[in-house]
Amino acid sequence: MRLLDMTRRAVLASGTALALALAAPLAAQTPPGVLVVGQVAEPQALDPHAVTAVNDFRILMNVYDGLVRYASGTLEVEPALATDWTISDDGTVYTFTLRDGVNFHDGTPFNAEAVVFNFERMLNEDHPYHDTGPFPLSFFFSSIESVEAVDDLTVRFTLNAPYAPFLSNLAYPTGLIVSPAAVMEHGQDFGRNPSGTGAFTFTEWRSNEAVVIEANPDYWDGAPSLDAVIFRPITDANTRVAEMLSGGIDLMVEVPPVALSEFEGDDFRIVEQAGPHVWFLILNMREGPFTEQAVRQAANYAINKTALVEDVLEGTADVAAGPTPPAFAWAYNEALEPYPYDPDRARALLAEAGMENPEITFYVTEGGSGMLDPVAMGTAIQADLEAVGFDVTIETYEWNTFLGRVNPGLEGEADAAQMAWMTNDPDTLPYLALRTEAWPEQGGFNSGYYSNPTVDALLEEARTSTDQDRRAELYREMQVIVQEDAPWVFVANWVQNAVTSDAVENFALEPSFFLLLDDVVKN
Amino acid sequence: MTRYILRRLISAIPVLFGISVIVFAIMALIPGDPATAILGSFATPENVARLNEDLGLDKPLIQQYFIWLGNMLQGDFGRSFNLNRPVLDEVLERFNATLVLAGTSFVLCSVLGIVAGVVSAANQYGPADKAITFVVLLGISIPSFFLGMMMILTFAVNLRLFPASGMWPIFGDRDLWALLRHLTLPALALSVVATGVIARLARSAMLEVLRQDFIRTARAKGVPERGVIWRHALRAAMVSIIPVLGIQAGFVLSGAVYIEVVFQWPGIGRMLVDAILRRDILLVQGGVVFVAACYVFFNIVVDVAQSLLDPRIKT
Repeated sequence: MRLLDMTRRAVLASGTALALALAAPLAAQTPPGVLVVGQVAEPQALDPHAVTAVNDFRILMNVYDGLVRYASGTLEVEPALATDWTISDDGTVYTFTLRDGVNFHDGTPFNAEAVVFNFERMLNEDHPYHDTGPFPLSFFFSSIESVEAVDDLTVRFTLNAPYAPFLSNLAYPTGLIVSPAAVMEHGQDFGRNPSGTGAFTFTEWRSNEAVVIEANPDYWDGAPSLDAVIFRPITDANTRVAEMLSGGIDLMVEVPPVALSEFEGDDFRIVEQAGPHVWFLILNMREGPFTEQAVRQAANYAINKTALVEDVLEGTADVAAGPTPPAFAWAYNEALEPYPYDPDRARALLAEAGMENPEITFYVTEGGSGMLDPVAMGTAIQADLEAVGFDVTIETYEWNTFLGRVNPGLEGEADAAQMAWMTNDPDTLPYLALRTEAWPEQGGFNSGYYSNPTVDALLEEARTSTDQDRRAELYREMQVIVQEDAPWVFVANWVQNAVTSDAVENFALEPSFFLLLDDVVKN
Repeated sequence: MTRYILRRLISAIPVLFGISVIVFAIMALIPGDPATAILGSFATPENVARLNEDLGLDKPLIQQYFIWLGNMLQGDFGRSFNLNRPVLDEVLERFNATLVLAGTSFVLCSVLGIVAGVVSAANQYGPADKAITFVVLLGISIPSFFLGMMMILTFAVNLRLFPASGMWPIFGDRDLWALLRHLTLPALALSVVATGVIARLARSAMLEVLRQDFIRTARAKGVPERGVIWRHALRAAMVSIIPVLGIQAGFVLSGAVYIEVVFQWPGIGRMLVDAILRRDILLVQGGVVFVAACYVFFNIVVDVAQSLLDPRIKT
């Protein structure tokens, strides 16, 4: 029958039949024992030394182990591939005893030589496999002078100076241990053929579709309960929500605040965890109105942070009190109270400084790692500042352009800029962004040119001391001074969230922002 | 004929060369560099300089350009910084997915648009015409990404009839059936606007033709109305519909970018968007040059085909 001779009814009937056949209802559930995770992007590589994105770390932490790891629910290190370690009195020599009988997924043994290979590959430009990089975060380990295999199960790191965050950095993905044999075999393609010692072994990477990992039955810390995990890259947040609602994924991370209400009910579980994140405004202390402390404090009083976290961010953040996130419990000063929302106080401070209507340029970004909802937040902040007399001009930039303007310093650019940081220790952010020696012209991130010799001294000592109690004391003191000096407007600490289907059990988020799946059960 | 083809092929060389210069210059001029994008908050000037050196981006621009061009002429498009795999592998895979989506949409919008236009014209001012005109106007007015999201909400989330995103099932076979199920929603969403445009044009072209004498003659001869419309009138109207189909093919291809993002279709549009945001220079350059080369090549094929079919076009 030719199409043109078909009756209208015949066309309609066959069209409907085809549509009905294509639209066979989906199996609502993914198979038991297999967890499907909705990721925010396609991973860059599965080589832990070559990547920088939290999105990639979520896969890597399940395939690899480091010498040490963060104890569950904390940011404090505990043994992993190393069973114990000693630190020399001057804080420069770390000697690790390695776990015996551990093999990489490719069958080769994990030993001291493998550890040496890992760090040499990253740090030594003459290493035969250094060209399998680049290794963008290798500067985490720039304090390492040498790594030696003392015997098969002992490895010694010598640092060029005492460096307290060293252990914490080893627990970070950049410190995960890869199989030297796999690197030698695959060279530049190791990132697509990963091999570690972790709870899951790599099975398959279908570009732009899925990364599949399977349980490692011989895992030294006990085989995981799941049979397999499938990571699906779904970059559009709305589509990710739709996939979660339609049963296409079992677990999604970074749920947009506005979508959380979709998941209230018995079919889903919402999981939350505060992380080591701080969202703030950098204030330009070299020129313009924010050179006056009173004006900087006025900005801190003027902004209604509670409204920002509850209304704009729908409760996916807490109000920040100072420069250090509360997730670093041991180093956080509990006595610190956030600047209250007090517009009258702000006006009084502006009057005191003789600047009732300071004009400021405010850099806002469209989005970026850890920036939450920067445009909406920027507009709310602008309104709050204008309410007390500031005259605020917003300039909005795409993230990479924004970084290119802010990181070299705000002089000649703006009076204030949004910024957010996630770090794995309390040392990195203040060290890179609050010291006098961290001014942009000296290679740091102190884009607002804050300088206080007392803070410099506290930070220097805190970073080199190996006594945790002493470090905590120094950091608490630093937070009080910095809050008073107000080089930033302290705004929010992100509470990361995830949603799971009701078939998923034993899932918890970690303060480190990593996704650890070895205890998770999927029914 | 051979000389004509050769001449056309040779004339494509400066075009492609120009494209390579432009795309290279744009990527070099836009603010933000790959090292900053990769390092994010850790992008100190020192770290950026070190990483740029590792990425080979510390050389003078002219030198970078000729290295890139030289490699490309040997078929080496380089490696993507962010996907850590050869650019060409990624581009071919992605282009293939886009062709499937855009090709299906193009067929859909051509058939649906022409049928709707013809039915509409045949029943001018009748209820069918009014209904079609209304739906067509609605279709043209709804942004395709919004329509896509609504389709996901209705057919994937609420009714669970179709998968919400992706090109292939995560579990089960990768057969034609699975592909069709994944293709249905994005292909429909992508074809709606073009269907509307084609329908409106087909309607007016048909009305034009239906007023002509040969139609009256056909009717007077006693040709059944269906034959008059579908055989005589449509054939004549196609002359003005076909050029618009060509233009709509271009719109469908570029509109695929939004649809690919909404439906997570692993096509080249989404790849380019991601690559630009991440300043994945080699992937952007390779992708654009590849797509441009395809356009140039298709144009030559069309011209050659036309000259073969129509002797009036001088070779």
